[in-house]
Amino acid sequence: MPLTPKAAVKEVQDLSTLTAQAFIRSFIRPFYVRDILEQMDRIGVGSVVVVMLTGFFTGSVLTLQSAKSLSAFGAKGLTGQLVAISLVRELGPVLSALMLAGRVGSGIASELGSMVVTEQINAMRALGTDPVKKLVVPRIVATTAMLPLLTIVANTIGLLGGLFIAVYVLLINGNVYMSSAWNGLEYVDVVGGLLKPLVFGAAVAIVGCHCGLRTYGGTQGVGRSTTQAVVAASILILFFNLILTRIIWPPS
Amino acid sequence: MSEPVPDAPVLEVTDVVKSYGDNTVLDGISFQVRRGETKIIIGASGSGKSTILKLIMGLEKPDKGSIRIESQEITSLTDRQLTPVRSKIGMVFQESALFDSLSVRENVAFQLHETGVHEDEVETRVQKNLGFVGLADAIDKFPSELSGGMKRRVAIARALAGEPSIIFYDEPTAGLDPITSRKINELIIALRDLNGVTGVFVTHRMRDAFTLASQYAESVNGHVEYRREGQLLCIANTRFLMLRNGKVIFEGPDEVLRRSQDPYIKRFLE
Repeated sequence: MPLTPKAAVKEVQDLSTLTAQAFIRSFIRPFYVRDILEQMDRIGVGSVVVVMLTGFFTGSVLTLQSAKSLSAFGAKGLTGQLVAISLVRELGPVLSALMLAGRVGSGIASELGSMVVTEQINAMRALGTDPVKKLVVPRIVATTAMLPLLTIVANTIGLLGGLFIAVYVLLINGNVYMSSAWNGLEYVDVVGGLLKPLVFGAAVAIVGCHCGLRTYGGTQGVGRSTTQAVVAASILILFFNLILTRIIWPPS
Repeated sequence: MSEPVPDAPVLEVTDVVKSYGDNTVLDGISFQVRRGETKIIIGASGSGKSTILKLIMGLEKPDKGSIRIESQEITSLTDRQLTPVRSKIGMVFQESALFDSLSVRENVAFQLHETGVHEDEVETRVQKNLGFVGLADAIDKFPSELSGGMKRRVAIARALAGEPSIIFYDEPTAGLDPITSRKINELIIALRDLNGVTGVFVTHRMRDAFTLASQYAESVNGHVEYRREGQLLCIANTRFLMLRNGKVIFEGPDEVLRRSQDPYIKRFLE
């Protein structure tokens, strides 16, 4: 499908409709608690290792780079602060969300897409069950709930990775690094840094479900939907990140 | 909701039109199915057979026309409003459409779990329906472990779980070998003759269609036997509907269909 302005508007409209439908249905019985817990396990627990690795490498490389620049000003002792702020405000939430877009967004789109092309979605409707309630709502709830937790994991491991590099490679005193990191963070950084993944998580799941459910054209269509889900979710994450950063930390 | 009229048709389709883009798939289709009757819809691929089932199941909406199930108009209903109507209907999809992530037990129990039937009752009904299709052993398997024929039988068991009075079959024998097809056909005949289930059977395989129209099931000492109609007995509860280019070109019993002089029908039957 060529990306005409009309198609883009239609896309935004469809996404909003699905979001509204899912939101309203999440307050109507039945609640499918089992499905939500199952998705939390698959999405949240299943992504812990990926997110830990992301956090570790990001924190480490950030420490290497910032220590180099800071030592030019003789401020090597502030490395911890720079790393902590960058991680908690930006890199932790954004990179975790991007990893989730690749791992979970694609998974949701291909699973629902396969269900569409094999008529499982129609079968579900024929059996009197609403696919939005049974499939979409648990995935959105689970992803939205799990991404902030995964972000905390990524931030923590990132800071520890940074500490490791600081102590063993840059030979900075560990206490200096950690107290600088601790003092550098403000309350708004922590709250803002956890608000972002809430929005990103919802975006990943909604885009994944939307792309999956509108799949057409057999197995080839499933591949197309999966790709679209990852690309669209990643762009949306970066877009919302810009908007949220501007709102949470207004330039003074 | 209006009171059901005793002799009213179970399913009444009137002047239904459906197009996808510029392609008119159904162009003014009308037919009725009475209680206990099985309607066999035949036609070449792309003649709109499967679309009819999607429309009468309410999965898609017609562009024009009316569809009534037990005298209730369904074309204007939302998915939510359709739930009570759909609970009277079972549907067997073309490629079975079993839920891959669920076991055979959970597939058959799906509708019962959703409607909050008590767990003991669920287990009894799952056993009963799997027993009926001869797959009681496969209860803990997953759809990926089943052969094509077994999947169709599980799909029939799933469609029966809600104890529907109407069943739609979308090419239930497509892609199966003759022996397996025969098993599926016998199940459908048994449901029609012994349980009085109203059916709509979509196929392009004339062999299966004629089997359905010429054989009947009888319960002899608690054992089901299949017999062929003869001089004394003629099956009257199974009628054909033939589609071509979105229009009905034939409606009636198999005897008349076989004698038809229409060149297209003759070629189709060969």
